[in-house]
Amino acid sequence: MPDAVSPTNGSNGSGPRVGVYVCHCGTNIAGTVDVKAVAEYAAELPGVAVARDYKYMCSDPGQALIQQDIREHALARVVVASCSPLLHEKTFRKALERVGLNPFMLQMVNIREHDSWVHLDGKAATDKAKDLVRAAVRRVVLHKSLQKRRVPINPNVLIVGGGIAGIHAALTLADAGKRVYLVEREPTIGGHMAKFDKTFPTLDCAACILTPKMTAVGSNPNIALWTYSEIASVSGYVGNYRIQVKRKPRYIIEEMCLGCQECVTACVYKDGKTPDEFNLGLSKRKPVYLPFPQAVPQKVVIDPEVCIEFKSHKCKKTCVEACGDREAIDFNQKEQIEEIDVGTIILATGFKTFDPLRNPYYGYGRFPNVYTSLEVERLINASGPTGGEVVLRDGKKPASVGIIHCVGSRDANTNRWCSKVCCMYSLKLAHLIKERTGAEVFNFYIDMRTPGKGYEEFYDRLLDEGVHFIRGRVAEVTDWPAHPSEEGKLVIRAEDTLAAFVRRIPVDMVVLAVGLEPQPDAQAVRRMFNISCASEGWFLERHPKLAPVSTFTEGVYIAGACQGPRDIPDSVAQAGAAAAEAMALIDSQFVELEPYTAFITEEECSGCKSCIPMCPYQAISFVPEKKKAAINEVLCKGCGTCVAACPSSSIQQNFFEDDEIFEEIEGILAYA
Amino acid sequence: MRNRQLARAPVSPETFEPRIVAFFCNWCTYLAADLAGTSRMKHAPNVRVVRLMCSGRLDPQFVLDAFAQGADGVLIGGCHPGDCHYQEGNYKTLRRYHLLKRLLQQMGIEEERCRLEWISAAEGDRVRSTINDMVEKVRALGPLHFNVEREDIEEEVTV
Repeated sequence: MPDAVSPTNGSNGSGPRVGVYVCHCGTNIAGTVDVKAVAEYAAELPGVAVARDYKYMCSDPGQALIQQDIREHALARVVVASCSPLLHEKTFRKALERVGLNPFMLQMVNIREHDSWVHLDGKAATDKAKDLVRAAVRRVVLHKSLQKRRVPINPNVLIVGGGIAGIHAALTLADAGKRVYLVEREPTIGGHMAKFDKTFPTLDCAACILTPKMTAVGSNPNIALWTYSEIASVSGYVGNYRIQVKRKPRYIIEEMCLGCQECVTACVYKDGKTPDEFNLGLSKRKPVYLPFPQAVPQKVVIDPEVCIEFKSHKCKKTCVEACGDREAIDFNQKEQIEEIDVGTIILATGFKTFDPLRNPYYGYGRFPNVYTSLEVERLINASGPTGGEVVLRDGKKPASVGIIHCVGSRDANTNRWCSKVCCMYSLKLAHLIKERTGAEVFNFYIDMRTPGKGYEEFYDRLLDEGVHFIRGRVAEVTDWPAHPSEEGKLVIRAEDTLAAFVRRIPVDMVVLAVGLEPQPDAQAVRRMFNISCASEGWFLERHPKLAPVSTFTEGVYIAGACQGPRDIPDSVAQAGAAAAEAMALIDSQFVELEPYTAFITEEECSGCKSCIPMCPYQAISFVPEKKKAAINEVLCKGCGTCVAACPSSSIQQNFFEDDEIFEEIEGILAYA
Repeated sequence: MRNRQLARAPVSPETFEPRIVAFFCNWCTYLAADLAGTSRMKHAPNVRVVRLMCSGRLDPQFVLDAFAQGADGVLIGGCHPGDCHYQEGNYKTLRRYHLLKRLLQQMGIEEERCRLEWISAAEGDRVRSTINDMVEKVRALGPLHFNVEREDIEEEVTV
């Protein structure tokens, strides 16, 4: 049985009858706030017909308790003092609605996040809860019945980023019959995964599992694949977004290009001279190129920075000749802006790897044989610059390799977070290097972090394979020999914390297991899509556990490593989740918008036009015949900026009317 | 117009606890305060938060009313410049804040009593430090007192 404060005769019959419900939230609230005292206090407040406290207000019995009281005590208003309204306002509004009370007759009081969880002093926390409840009771009396606006949803989906997460989400949605626009800024989709040779812990070939999905994206009639394109602007709201996409010129007419690459062979450059981005500069490419053999779409790109025709206009244009009557090359192509309408958006913009130049003591950029893990992925890859040979810069096979973990991770000087994937990919690289070269491999780690299906077993396997593991953060990589045996080698100096002495290990090759970072333009992207970033710069999810792919902007979802370090299985799982969330929204056919719009009391409007420049959505116009302002409810997003600007108080905002807010302020400050 | 009665219980300097009303926007600062909660970042219990959808909704009258009703300080929280959920509501807040500050100064209300802070949804720690800092500053100032006769204010706010 719920603990009940017996219904009082507090309601004097004049105003609406209020019910107050104080939640214990187990001990989350009740551990600090004296919930019984708050309920007893509330019961004495003017207008309150019933006040109760209960273990879990949001549970079914908790909601049933409210509903029963609404019926039995003819409650017209409800105050729930529990967690943040951002968590359960919807829950309680629905509970009211189910028994026929307008859902906006509710006011929530945040006594958990804003009170019990942040204060130690029980008395102060209880006083605060009382103040807030008193304010809510005074405010809720003024609440008015409001109706949510229903607007239809455009069933099209925009997916930004064509890595494994974007690809998986696109295919899932397209298979469900949704129209998908997949926008990728590189000339091909595939993302980081396309650069890998094998994936941990199963060691299945990355290309073998990724490229069929890439091809499926390219050939799916429901997917419009726009590579070499970026989002230029976003406007609208959930269900009805308008997106401008900047399509960069690849100087190739995509529809005409067959991907035969005869133009590449025919290019006046006999050999490539430009560092190949896909191979991280480990090989060279020509001005006209296909990023990698399995690129999707199979369309070449011309790099105007290095193409002679763009520089001097005097090239023999052997490429055009080779293309012949296919006529796919167009040197006059211009950047284009295309406009699309979508209802939902999935951001799968991925990550960047840590720049090891920020840790100069590891010698990256100074010693040629210090590589990043991603560079080694390319060396190991059969379609990489060396055809899968792990070799040093001079072409020789290394006899010993050191892998340094946590470069740009778990480091107060650079990034504090654990990048989650590095331990596992370092194990994978150790295995592959040993397999390809027979070299002695040394792993320098802080902690081995191998949670995941089959991950710990993979670590065990590496231990059996004779890979060396040294526990300690590496101090430096140096080429100063302290002993003849170190001559011509790179020496890794690290404290072996298990053996408790400092080791010097000479190796031929050093691999830096670089961590994951947010994309450099993550802030710009999140601004464009009106979402938030956590302090590290990863996109912020609506709830870390219960809404991990949703954002605080309705209709915008996040998937993959743009949200935080993720491996492939997690990215794919999130992409599927994001696709399902988008589909659930689309298939409901309508979105319900909060009714917090502004409205004008015409009699009081003096036609001063102060409000008009306040609105960033051009929702307010001036009606010359009446000499009054008018608000277009469809365009209004409910910020209330015009309300605050109106000198005659003739504009009000639903649910945030002046009187409601004044009442709340005065309720807070009133001494009981 | 509303008939407002000035509320102010007698306070003694020894037991003085500042009462601060905060206006936080729904998308950044309110979320940051929630984050401070989920992260269990303990801070002073003197602040009561009023949720607005946007700091742009903040009518300067809310601040004046809070002071008239006995608040010792008012804290306004919005999204960082460029981050407003409604594009530019926070810029409007900033403009109003500058005017409001001059008005408060003329009324003899110390500058530290009304504060505008940009706190993003990720900055739970800033909610803690801002609240703690403000509570200490207002505590040092003592209870709000007007340099004008109480009757005059009553007359003005009851118009």
